[in-house]
Amino acid sequence: MKILVAVKRVIDYNVKVRVKPDQSDVDLANVKMALNPFCEIAVEEAVRLKEAGTADEVVVVSIGPKAVQEQLRTALALGADRAIQVETDDMPDSLSAAKILKGVVEREEPDMIILGKQSIDSDNNQTGQMLAALTDMPQGTFASKVEVADGHVSVTREVDGGLQTVKLALPAVVTTDLRLNEPRYASLPNIMKAKRKPLETVSTDDLDVSVKRTVKLLKVESPAERSAGVKVADVDELVDKLKNEAKVL
Amino acid sequence: MSILVVAEHDNTAVNPATLKTLAAAKAIGGDIDVLVAGKDCATVADELAKAEGVNKVVLADNAVYEHQLAENVSKLVADLGNDYSHVLAPATTTGKNFMPRVAALLDVAQISDIIAVESADTFKRPIYAGNAIATVQAEDAIKVITVRATAFDAVASEGGSGSVEAIDAVFDNDKSEFVGEQLAESERPELTAAEIVISGGRGMQNGENFKLIEDIADKLGAAVGASRAAVDAGFVPNDMQVGQTGKIVAPQLYIAVGISGAIQHLAGMKDSKVIVAINKDEEAPIFQVADYGLVADLFEVLPELNEKL
Repeated sequence: MKILVAVKRVIDYNVKVRVKPDQSDVDLANVKMALNPFCEIAVEEAVRLKEAGTADEVVVVSIGPKAVQEQLRTALALGADRAIQVETDDMPDSLSAAKILKGVVEREEPDMIILGKQSIDSDNNQTGQMLAALTDMPQGTFASKVEVADGHVSVTREVDGGLQTVKLALPAVVTTDLRLNEPRYASLPNIMKAKRKPLETVSTDDLDVSVKRTVKLLKVESPAERSAGVKVADVDELVDKLKNEAKVL
Repeated sequence: MSILVVAEHDNTAVNPATLKTLAAAKAIGGDIDVLVAGKDCATVADELAKAEGVNKVVLADNAVYEHQLAENVSKLVADLGNDYSHVLAPATTTGKNFMPRVAALLDVAQISDIIAVESADTFKRPIYAGNAIATVQAEDAIKVITVRATAFDAVASEGGSGSVEAIDAVFDNDKSEFVGEQLAESERPELTAAEIVISGGRGMQNGENFKLIEDIADKLGAAVGASRAAVDAGFVPNDMQVGQTGKIVAPQLYIAVGISGAIQHLAGMKDSKVIVAINKDEEAPIFQVADYGLVADLFEVLPELNEKL
């Protein structure tokens, strides 16, 4: 079986973002970028399915300018077989990304598509579900366990009250939650080998997809600052402050 | 303008997040209809017909909607949604699961997790783990929106006089099926709705030590939460995780015990009214957002706190 994994280049999760002084967006100039953590988990799961003999090919795809090739190389170093970059001038919104991915799905005809549940920049949590809708595939979102058998995939999902299991006919879309697996580190020899793995660049025209943006970003602000708190000396003072000053007990 | 709010429920009771989503709908303005899709859920429809500002409840009662499978519910919502200017659902795991599917079926963008309504087409939402707030304007004819429940005050659950209209639209599929669920049982209030939340982190050292937190929670009528570190270490189940990728809470009082305060955790709790941090590391970032900080060993402080409450 063939697995397609979509990955996104985002700001490194440890970086504290700064809003631009003109409030047009956040400042991403000279900021460390990385593979979105949920996408790393998606790559890891696909590679594990390959190692288990369930999958025979893992293809990674990323959408964006040339810089996303860096994240595709990372995914190749983690064990993916080949990569596709869909070249766009900037990062598309979720619906456009889903339409582009649909184009890739039609070309590659994978049996399973794995995405992260959300990217840590836009925090949208949409693309996987939208791709599933556009391709009329079933979806297993927020997956913490994935088992493939007999043309189906059983997905254990993290839902608000606990866990839920659904059984989906392949091809299906799965989005990863944090506890699905612990991604491996790329070893130096694998990073070297990844440089020679195939990486194809296609345009949105090749995929016959047109993208538009219907949500305008008007302004980006810093969140309201909390006023500085106080340190209390002991439990008595804490309880006293909560009862008499904050009045929350 | 007319707004469709998709109700969240467990087939017997309304999830409070629905009443908060109704508040967001009220802020947008216009007639508000509510969709209740489920199995044997007529009581939910009757309950919501009484909620403030509800014009009409559309009841789709069929076995295919029992477990809110995204494949079925999204087609129903998209089918109805064509007649509305806005379609809203709470940004719970259920809403997050089916709403993007609805948006794609309607060929429109989705605005996720709004925290404020500026006008009928302009909304505020947090990005980058809540480290920036974006104001966005949607140009699509139908606005598909999920609502961060903690950012809105619930509308009154009584006093409304909506009608209930049953429909028999059935959207089934043969590609997905519900197998089972394991729901965590808890006597304590639900995390996202609790007035007081007390959370433990890696500093708790193991699952048994969470008893120290639970005892205090029971005294205060509080819910118990956890940081990702505590969940990943297996101390507590993952539905207790507070943060960017877990639950978003905004209680009156949030007590963080043995939690350093990584930005991903802060994203889930920094809108709490009063934050208390108990940590032995006085450099821990949690102290930068805490109203009251106590630098001390939690194993000494928690029993003492329990005694003095």
